[in-house]
Amino acid sequence: MSLNIFKNSLRKGRVTVSLDKAAFIRPAEINEIGEELKRLIHKKFARSFHIREVDTASCGACESEIIACSNPFYDIQRFGIDFVASPRHADALLVTGPVSKNMELALKKTYEAVPEPKFVIAMGDCAKGGAQFSDSYYTCGGVENILPVSLHIPGCPPNPTQIIFCLLDFLDKI
Amino acid sequence: MLRIEEELKSQKIEIIESERIHSDELYLTVNKEDFKTACLSLHKLLKSAVIMFFAEDMRAQSKVFRIYCVFLDTQNHSWVVVRTDLSEDALLFSSLAKDIYSASIFEREIKEMFGIMPQGCPDLRRLRLHDEVWPEGFYPLRKDSVLPKICAFLGSYQFRRVEGNGVFEVGVGPVHAGIIGPGHFRFSVVGEPIINLELRLGWTHRGIEKLLEGKDIFAGVKIFECISGDTAFGYSSAYCQAIEKILKVNIPLRAQYLRVIFLEFERIYNHINSLGGIALDVGFSFPAQFASLIKERLLQLHERISGSRYLKGINTVGGVQVDIEDNKAEIIRKSIFGIQKDILELEKMLYSSTSFMDRVDSTGILRKKTAQDLGVTGLAARSSGIALDMRKVFGGIYEKFTFNIIAEQAGDVCSRMKVRFWEIKESLGLINQGLEKLKSVVGTSGVAGGLPGGGEARSLDGVGIGCVEAWRGMLRVWCRIDKEGRIIRCKIVDPSFHNWEGLSFAALGNIIPDFPLCNKSFDLSYAGNDL
Repeated sequence: MSLNIFKNSLRKGRVTVSLDKAAFIRPAEINEIGEELKRLIHKKFARSFHIREVDTASCGACESEIIACSNPFYDIQRFGIDFVASPRHADALLVTGPVSKNMELALKKTYEAVPEPKFVIAMGDCAKGGAQFSDSYYTCGGVENILPVSLHIPGCPPNPTQIIFCLLDFLDKI
Repeated sequence: MLRIEEELKSQKIEIIESERIHSDELYLTVNKEDFKTACLSLHKLLKSAVIMFFAEDMRAQSKVFRIYCVFLDTQNHSWVVVRTDLSEDALLFSSLAKDIYSASIFEREIKEMFGIMPQGCPDLRRLRLHDEVWPEGFYPLRKDSVLPKICAFLGSYQFRRVEGNGVFEVGVGPVHAGIIGPGHFRFSVVGEPIINLELRLGWTHRGIEKLLEGKDIFAGVKIFECISGDTAFGYSSAYCQAIEKILKVNIPLRAQYLRVIFLEFERIYNHINSLGGIALDVGFSFPAQFASLIKERLLQLHERISGSRYLKGINTVGGVQVDIEDNKAEIIRKSIFGIQKDILELEKMLYSSTSFMDRVDSTGILRKKTAQDLGVTGLAARSSGIALDMRKVFGGIYEKFTFNIIAEQAGDVCSRMKVRFWEIKESLGLINQGLEKLKSVVGTSGVAGGLPGGGEARSLDGVGIGCVEAWRGMLRVWCRIDKEGRIIRCKIVDPSFHNWEGLSFAALGNIIPDFPLCNKSFDLSYAGNDL
């Protein structure tokens, strides 16, 4: 059996693909910021800073960028930041969207489930004051009306580099 | 078009007014009593699901509420709209839901937003205004709507219940384990297989249709870009198309080509994202990470050519604000070459893994008949054997391009995957053709602060439908503007609106661990559905 697998892999050869580096804009600062971020997380959060993401009526672009943070290009995990499945495992809540009335209770419950000490990070322009949704009959006009917000990451949507930079700035201050 | 009117007359339906507002929009006004028969005979004649069905508060002008039911006439490349007036003291019409299933969610929507009663509709539960936070009797889309004072726990939603020995329910959401929009899924299972799945959406409702009312037509673009972040360009295109139709503005040829190119870029990056998601949901992480790299590469390319990773801020009423000059075209051509290679690589990775193919093959089957009845559109429909693509139906600028659409028959996750791969390749071809065509068209690509028609165009009012084949499917916008260039009423229908229902049928008979796989193969929008 194992011999077969070995033979098979010899026959197939290398299955990984090398990255065409020229195709990417490689912001040199990501590595630089990342190292700094890693140092802070080591010091202040015992090597791991876990984030639970909650979508409260964002358009989905912010989610896409948060997912992009974990792709092999940015790979935010190597600095000690991870996005977890349960609020009970989280150090911070990352909230996107202007908070619709339907999500208000769900957001509060998620916040209660996060163990102390906890932080709320609002992300995207509409998470602060609601931006273009502030006049809507069905939004609460931003995360700060529901929960105490420690950090706001601006942008519509902020790109992964901005997210990493804002997190560094924040971890430096606390 | 006579065909339609003759057919209606043979049914003894009196057509009060028949008006061709635009070359591809026919409006038929009928009596309230004839509304249902008219819709049913059109549904039968055109073999079209209900494309749009909505109400408009016209009490300020004529003391009535008007309801519109839109069908698609694929043969004549036209929309057929049946409309009727409902007087204020009798806000009801006879429901179509029992005869045309695709009308049912629209009727629920009309009931919750306007308080107009579809008589005989079997399901009147609210879609977006949740019972827990919004009391009955407050209809936000009426022009004189008032906000309810108390927003506390008021009631609860009645889920369809399956009872019997060994039936148990699994509730998931609204906050999911992944980084994804909010939705509540209620599975009823016996042992492993799902025997009923009910989706409760509406969590991301932001009141966009109301928000648009009274907005300037140029300001509307920004809101449209924020309806669903992954379809920002599709939304802004559909909206601009509707407005340009009303204002009778012909946008420059170069701008039309640019819109095609950007729309196809949006299709490619999202299809790749979905393919990666399918791989990730079966735990096959290497191709998933590879796909996320291709996506990142595309997003960075978008940023390089347009300044926005999600193609926001490009469209405007009357044209596009971003041009692709020769040097940018060269960058695109180079990148496309690399991307094409990577996609073939990804295809090989997925198709050559037996255990992966075993998971996707014959999982989550959506039958053709079900898809037709539900009004499923776009990619999901094409995977179930319905070869319908708005780029082919309405042609327009797409008539100058050569591309093919594919319809898979099986309707399972695997065929949705195949269609995605096919469409990515076709889209890459379209972009290449577009870049070639750009060379021959010199001149401006769009507008800077004004419309090509000058000041005159702005004084036109009226209605119009904008429709784009976005990556998920048919994206529809109906709009009425006034003489000052403000939006009076706007109705938006995301392809997800009907496709979510398709998902709830496709998941039946599958086991819960396969649900994420079915879900990702449809890859539907929460924000676009909930508006």
